[in-house]
Amino acid sequence: MPNHTDILRIGTGAGFSSDRLDPAMELVEHGSLDAIIFECLGERTMAFAHRDMQLANGTGYNPLLAKRMSHLLPLCNRHNTCLITNMGAADPLAAAVRTSDIAANCQLGHLNIAAILGDNVTHLITPDLELIEPGCTVAEIQRPMIGANAYLGSQSITPALTRGADVVITGRVADPSLFLAPMQAHFGWGDHDWQQLADGTVAGHLMECAAQVTGGYFADPGFKEVEQLARVGFPIAEISCDGSVVITKLPTTGGRVDSLTVKEQLYYEVHDPSAYITPDVIADFSMIELNDQGDDRVRVCGAKGRERTETLKVTVAFDGGHLAEAEVSYAGPGALNRARLAGEIITQRLDEVHGSVDKRRIDLIGAASLHASAGKFSQNSTDIRLRCALRTSDYEEAANLLWEMEALLCCGPAGGAGYRGHITPSVLTYSALLERDRIKTTVEFI
Amino acid sequence: MKERLSISLRQIAHARAGDKGNRSNVGVFVYEPKHYTTLIREITPERLKYEFGNLVRGEVRCYPLPKVHGLNVVMDRALEGGVNESLNLDGHGKSWSFLILDLKVGIDSNNLEPNE
Repeated sequence: MPNHTDILRIGTGAGFSSDRLDPAMELVEHGSLDAIIFECLGERTMAFAHRDMQLANGTGYNPLLAKRMSHLLPLCNRHNTCLITNMGAADPLAAAVRTSDIAANCQLGHLNIAAILGDNVTHLITPDLELIEPGCTVAEIQRPMIGANAYLGSQSITPALTRGADVVITGRVADPSLFLAPMQAHFGWGDHDWQQLADGTVAGHLMECAAQVTGGYFADPGFKEVEQLARVGFPIAEISCDGSVVITKLPTTGGRVDSLTVKEQLYYEVHDPSAYITPDVIADFSMIELNDQGDDRVRVCGAKGRERTETLKVTVAFDGGHLAEAEVSYAGPGALNRARLAGEIITQRLDEVHGSVDKRRIDLIGAASLHASAGKFSQNSTDIRLRCALRTSDYEEAANLLWEMEALLCCGPAGGAGYRGHITPSVLTYSALLERDRIKTTVEFI
Repeated sequence: MKERLSISLRQIAHARAGDKGNRSNVGVFVYEPKHYTTLIREITPERLKYEFGNLVRGEVRCYPLPKVHGLNVVMDRALEGGVNESLNLDGHGKSWSFLILDLKVGIDSNNLEPNE
């Protein structure tokens, strides 16, 4: 790890698999960063990566890896910024080899590129393993398993950093741990320094979704304004050796960092705020205080840490068959009634003509879709899009839904238009726990 | 003279929804600290189960966050199976934040003025 100052500066280069590229480049160019983290892996993206790897000529890593690396490696090399990412997905080793090739093409000389291995625990998944959420065993799911990955902690990465890695590529690592690793390596925090690990975890949690702490996913015109959202900057965390954290962004970028944006992200995807569990620590977020310093700077303090759990969370992915979705629009007077009639026709046709038994859903977009069906139901809309979706293991059943929806154009209610339909592969993921000491991680330098 | 008003929660608070599996969490935060007691009093597990009973099949818990004047709402089995299993377009349940902000809350009229 380079040591620019006694303040460690970490940036976020991506907060999800399809995140923007230009804010990351801007951040490395102007942010004086010690490290930049690209967090690109969700539960679903990992499952799809496993499946893609099994295809002929398929790769198991992030589809944007080459694009990101070819733009970022020269910048990181010039600014002495370490790049850490989970873009390795199901195949971190292949991603590291590809990255090494890209570095060579960019004529960057020798870079220390490390792959972190060991999160793939597919071989440890037995039919009798209990899955937490459905509360049943792996066997009882009765679907083919695609793969299983354990959430690794910061300490799977720190050995690579202390050995001088310029680029670290992982598979499944807990999101905040990607950020905690450079802090641990830089400040020498031990694996049982629960207080510092909790402080670093809070910083990582705030940073892991990139723009979601700098004004992204925040604007609500008339209530919450964000300037230049089209050019929203990605965040920077300034971390001191005592664990105190300031979240900020480049002054030249759009967006905002203040106590409102930081609050929303602080409790994002948090359940019991007094027990945020990562592989590294159990952090108490319930008494965190935010000090809004102005100029897009917020100081965060007051987390508490306690001893980590003996188990690691594992995501087990199963083949979910096919998801079929199709839509037709109705506009003008009576649109809602015509769309509703079309929905009834689809239901009857799938039941009677095709004998379809798969779970399906019908939405009237413009009147009741998303979770709005829980609340008010608008009767006034004159612009309704009928959507029908079903999930099935039988491709023929999926195709039947699309066929029936398209047939509405001539056989259904008056004025139907704008048919679109598609069938996409589907995965199901469930969580389980495995004993920590059964999962061994290694560092491979390319 | 004090008058009791019913206003949309969105007038005094902002929110963000997140998901893990089939569980949704919505962080709700009031803009003005003086509205924190209103938030805590009005947004309760019982109220949420009553308003959204047909969508929330599991337990609802509300964790007060006094330091940031907020409330973390956690709703079990609220996502029609979760992002991989739900047939809902919004499998993550992101729209939950604005459904909760659309709830009406009771407030004293003299409490609506911005802080000095």
